[in-house]
Amino acid sequence: MNGGVPVTMSVNGQEVSATLEPRVSLADFLRERLNLTGTHLGCEHGVCGACTVIVDGAAVRACLLFAVQLEGARVTTVEGLAPEGELTDLQRAFREHHALQCGFCTPGFLTTAHAFLLERPQPSADEVRAALSGNVCRCTGYLGIVEAVLATAQARAKA
Amino acid sequence: MIGQALPRMEDRRFLSGRACFVDDLKFPRMLHAVVVRSAQAHALIRHIATPAARAMPGVEAVFTFADIQRYKALIPIRLGPLPGFERYLQAPLADRRVRYVGEPVAVVVAENRYLAEDAADALAIEYEPLAPVVEARAGMSDTSVVHPEVGTNIGTRYTSAIGDVAAAFGRAAHRRKAAFRCHRHSAMPLETRGLVVVPRDGKLALWGATKVNFQNRRALAQMLGIAVDAIEMIETDVGGSFGVRGEFYPEDFLIPFAARELGRPVKWIEDRREHLIAANHSREIECELELALSREGEILGLRAQLIADMGAYVRTNGSVVPAKAAQFLLGPYRIRNFQCEVIGIMTNKTPVGTYRAPGRYEANFFRERLFDMACRDFGFEPAEFRRRNLIRPSEMPWSIGKLVPYEPPSEYDNGDYPAIFDKALEAFDYARLARQEARQADGKLHGVGMGCFVESSGAGPAETARVVVRKDGFDVYVGSSSSGQGHETSMAQILADELGVPMGGIRVFHGSTGIVPNGYGTYHSRAIVMGGSAILLAARKLKAELAHRSHGAPIDYAAFAGEEAIATFEQSKRTYTYGAHLAHVAVDPQTAQVEVLRYLSVEDIGRAINPLIVHGQAIGAAVQGLGAAFLDEFKYSEDGQLLTGSLADYLLPLATDFPVVEALTFENSPSALNPLGVKGAGEGGIVAVGGAVANAVASALQPLGVEITALPMSLDNLSAAIRAARRSR
Amino acid sequence: MKPAAFAYRAPASVEEALALLEANREAKLLAGGQSLVPVLNFRLASPPLLIDLNRIDALAGVREEADGTLAIGAMTRHRAIETSERVRRANPLLAAAMPYVAHAQIRNRGTIGGSLAHADPAAELPAVCLACDAQMLIQHTRGTRRVAAHEFFTGFFSTALTGAEVLVEVRFPAWPAERRAGFAEVSRRHGDFALAGVALTADVKDGRCERARIALFGAEDLPRLARADMLLQQPLDAKRIAEAARAVAAGSQPRADHHASAEYRRELVEVLVRRALEQALAS
Repeated sequence: MNGGVPVTMSVNGQEVSATLEPRVSLADFLRERLNLTGTHLGCEHGVCGACTVIVDGAAVRACLLFAVQLEGARVTTVEGLAPEGELTDLQRAFREHHALQCGFCTPGFLTTAHAFLLERPQPSADEVRAALSGNVCRCTGYLGIVEAVLATAQARAKA
Repeated sequence: MIGQALPRMEDRRFLSGRACFVDDLKFPRMLHAVVVRSAQAHALIRHIATPAARAMPGVEAVFTFADIQRYKALIPIRLGPLPGFERYLQAPLADRRVRYVGEPVAVVVAENRYLAEDAADALAIEYEPLAPVVEARAGMSDTSVVHPEVGTNIGTRYTSAIGDVAAAFGRAAHRRKAAFRCHRHSAMPLETRGLVVVPRDGKLALWGATKVNFQNRRALAQMLGIAVDAIEMIETDVGGSFGVRGEFYPEDFLIPFAARELGRPVKWIEDRREHLIAANHSREIECELELALSREGEILGLRAQLIADMGAYVRTNGSVVPAKAAQFLLGPYRIRNFQCEVIGIMTNKTPVGTYRAPGRYEANFFRERLFDMACRDFGFEPAEFRRRNLIRPSEMPWSIGKLVPYEPPSEYDNGDYPAIFDKALEAFDYARLARQEARQADGKLHGVGMGCFVESSGAGPAETARVVVRKDGFDVYVGSSSSGQGHETSMAQILADELGVPMGGIRVFHGSTGIVPNGYGTYHSRAIVMGGSAILLAARKLKAELAHRSHGAPIDYAAFAGEEAIATFEQSKRTYTYGAHLAHVAVDPQTAQVEVLRYLSVEDIGRAINPLIVHGQAIGAAVQGLGAAFLDEFKYSEDGQLLTGSLADYLLPLATDFPVVEALTFENSPSALNPLGVKGAGEGGIVAVGGAVANAVASALQPLGVEITALPMSLDNLSAAIRAARRSR
Repeated sequence: MKPAAFAYRAPASVEEALALLEANREAKLLAGGQSLVPVLNFRLASPPLLIDLNRIDALAGVREEADGTLAIGAMTRHRAIETSERVRRANPLLAAAMPYVAHAQIRNRGTIGGSLAHADPAAELPAVCLACDAQMLIQHTRGTRRVAAHEFFTGFFSTALTGAEVLVEVRFPAWPAERRAGFAEVSRRHGDFALAGVALTADVKDGRCERARIALFGAEDLPRLARADMLLQQPLDAKRIAEAARAVAAGSQPRADHHASAEYRRELVEVLVRRALEQALAS
């Protein structure tokens, strides 16, 4: 490969090494190289949020990062939010509150909300909406998504 | 089971990131295609130089019109055509002329998408620009003609009528006329289109199809000159459709063609920039509408002229948009005299097709706005006026005659329009809100608005389902498609309900051409009505057969593993939902910002299989409709370039935009036209949004003398209207 | 939408980055990437080399100097500034503006230096810098230089940065006790670029305005300070606020695009100057 740049990062707890063309986005690296197709591409210009992943604890757009930039980083995708075969309380809440229809935006909302609740465990409804304003959903109208995030926060507070 | 608000069975794979959308598919030796698209709105193609592109690394092929010419392929019209539209069909690649920015000109196939895009950049295309037609009304003069071989941009021109509209207007005590405009916008699903085509043993397996797979398979077979059963269309997970995905597009020929030519799997995934210029646009209609009333406010007649901007070609369902706009001008009202002239104009813009409630969103905006304007002029209370004119149950079924050239006469089957309307007013606390002072303490102007609607659903002619018994459950195969509506759960509920078996263990397969002998698909809110009814009939057949073989004992389904029943449900009459929407807004007159304080959507859908899913449809549809009223917009420059070419410019509603949206579903009038008693729930929720919220904004801005006759009510448009009203005072 | 191919280097120091820039004049600096990468993905630009600044730890951080100057490294993420207690205390206007900058995911990667160097006329941070008399610390191969904010933004997406230079720090003067601030913008949706916006500071002593900076963004081709002398040596009352707002709007040269006409932007300038001054008065 021409001008391949080596990179080693951790993805969902597993160390991964590759030599890549610099222009390969983190999203494409995850989807094509690692077969983690849960991270979706909806716009490739940083607006829709479908590609949101968690890098070193922060929710970021995978379409605006080049994989070679992630040396030493810890990446969590939607596939890594819960152990294989399990669902987190947030994921279960999404189901209970009908927070998804076609499911294409869902991974981006889950990673965004997951990181948000860790930073802000007891958000108001307005804070939840503002935190989710960087993710587009065409199907649900957002009501169920906001309810699911609030319900998760409330349940955690009681626990 | 039926009627239970069950969380969906299909959710797990979406929640854990293990769904299978078309871009998630990979095959050995798979190539990637990029469609090269016209950068000109209207031009002759002088030359396409391909050698540089062909020589780029990883490039397998570059195809232009010359390569597909022998197929003489033209995208067929699936619905319609309206008279004259058949003259404007699109070939999958431009030959000597391009007619819209985004029109496919060539296909580059390479080892991966990155290399294919590099090669696409290296294609040198020489254009000779021609004067573009960017505005429908201007296009009527035929100064510049989009299709010179046809000779006119007036694609269709016909008049639909019932009763005697001249006499109605002749005896009217009150008449009110206005000109309205609905803007160009569309569905913008979050997943763009895509196809993966795998040639195997002389056949083609195709993923990425949805909506009308059986129809598209026939169309593709015909265009390629191969047998229908040489093509299999397999439906995977689909990221939203709303009417735009799944129609036969140029790529639906080009990618299978490329796979066959190259003998290797070919994947094409549309990117967002392409989607904005290549997937069907919709809704761009102007309407001159006139209302005739008796002294007491009874509607005597309605007269209209619609001018629909069709874009550069008529594709599979372009006809639906203007045809249905005309039909649905009547709405749920007692209007016996009606006339509508429909004019469809070809322009140098992306072709137009159906988007959720096609033609209805526009028509309801036009009509409900005119109603409020007339109410204000002649002193009628808006709710009273509507209640007086709503069709009553005793008048059902209500015939609307033959308003669509390519369809038989239709009738509203059943419903209690006034009762549901009153329920909506009550739920909204309309009486109190309407009495509020227009200007509040914070300087904002408040307004309340409403819109009533009917919506047809359950388009025929038929749907087929198969139920197969397994040792540990059932497999349901149905010809209708799914793009996120939760059919895997609703369909399972129908089966579980009929057979009296648990939900777990029921798997639902939808849409793919290999699973039932023939299917029709999902559009016009028909999946539960038609597909669900077919499942019910198949279930009944199975139950009857196995009951017989059980000799009166309770059926032990596990013992009958492998047994199956197949049934087709046929129904060509549409079944109509109906309801009302109400909006309360606060407008900042200094900045033109509008806050939607509360939005209520009320609809009677006859019977809800899963209230959770139905509610989700209603809320989602309302937010789409509100976004369309204020944000979504395709804007073109004078030379036909799309100005809103990214999601930073084409604005979609976010979680912060419309936080207070409610929906109420009623099961007041089950349908007598299918064994489930259901009506479709996918589109009614968006139909009345433009009209209701525009009426609320108009009511709020009434003290300033602002008239709302066009969408969108963007900040720029509203501020201009406020400014103009201020100057004229 | 895949970008054209480019070479990639991730230097460990500013000096290394400068040497690369010096040797590759067509190269682009990669900071947060939230503005640059979309441009690359649309193939609106195809630089042969990207110089990634994200490995230069020395470029990130919020420091308060002895005289109260707030020094923020150019590669400090928006999110770090948004959550910084030090920033909240030392510069209320900067703290007030941060939540308006795009969305959380953008703020997690985007940097103050990247935003200022990109100089989008509708961005919030350039205007905040103008209203605070901030200074840009720029490093080049032969040393450093300082450029005042009001000389830094030179045109439409243009700054005073020349060929081989890197913006390394943004310096905000100490915030005097008598300083009030106001911030107001109108955008189409939460987090969108402003159609028009105002970031202002006003030093009020003994009931009179001693110094005022009214920075406009979104309304014109570049962010700039409007004339504020009509407010000086005057009390800040409703009448003078309204007059100042009218004057600023009348003196502006608003731009037009497909989101908003020039007329609408001019109206917004008046409304927003008034509202921002009212905020300052109330604070």
